[in-house]
Amino acid sequence: MSFKSAVITFPGSNCDRDALCYLKDLTKGEVHNIWHEETSLPKVDLVILPGGFSFGDYLRSGAMASKSKIIDEVVKHANDNRYLLGICNGFQILTEIGLLEGALIRNKKLKFLGKNCFIKKKFKNNFNLSIKDNQILQIPVAHNEGNFYCDTETLNLLKNNEQIAFEYCKGEFSNTEENINGSIEAIAGITNKKKNVLGMMPHPERAYSDFHQSQDGRLIIESLIS
Amino acid sequence: MRIKILVRLKGQILEPQGKVIEQSLNSLGFTEFSNIRHGKLIELDLPDNISKEEKAQKIDSACKKLLVNDIIEEYEVLG
Repeated sequence: MSFKSAVITFPGSNCDRDALCYLKDLTKGEVHNIWHEETSLPKVDLVILPGGFSFGDYLRSGAMASKSKIIDEVVKHANDNRYLLGICNGFQILTEIGLLEGALIRNKKLKFLGKNCFIKKKFKNNFNLSIKDNQILQIPVAHNEGNFYCDTETLNLLKNNEQIAFEYCKGEFSNTEENINGSIEAIAGITNKKKNVLGMMPHPERAYSDFHQSQDGRLIIESLIS
Repeated sequence: MRIKILVRLKGQILEPQGKVIEQSLNSLGFTEFSNIRHGKLIELDLPDNISKEEKAQKIDSACKKLLVNDIIEEYEVLG
């Protein structure tokens, strides 16, 4: 059975094309591009909320997009136990919808970070099955608000339920700072309790092709398909 | 009537913009200024004839639904 997927485009999304290519090239299945004003979503295995600056990041990153018409369908898709992946701005949108815990606030050092970073998996889920424990992935980040915050009670919940999917780490051949943006416990990505929704700041769709510096982003889609 | 809503990050959350503003002010000679926090002010009009209760209810609802993220922010209606 072929793997079907969709990418939602909001005004200001700028990684939707990358996400579409990522899915087309790696899943070899049907890929839909859905405009945020649509009110229906085809039945697919995976929906990606892509990176970018939806609605110009007005009010708070992801706040406006989280109220878009398509979101009711995205929530239904997630409640149906199908996969939902929010990358960068998509992660911010997922926290604003309330599908994921916590919030993404300004990077600790106030700098926009556009560079390669290194992550490793923390707890196992279907998005990181093909990644070995302690395997270090090189994946780019590009964000201004990627500093993951939640209160202590929520952090304990995330740990107890094993919802932390990825954490930033030092690269094998790099002096890159371990926690690039000041996130609590260097969190780079979390899932919901059922682990079918993942939000992550790094961009796997920018690390899969031969012309990319790294192909480690393939492992996310390979995990889902396997 | 004009409504002003002050939105700010909760006290325990690091507010890096305030820290940078503080450093700049200090270097300009305003050395007495400390603990600077940076927030935002949202202004809007509501019809004059709505009751006090309805006004409070509408503002509260708008803040909860969109204007404020209560995980990280708190708000105060001014005046």
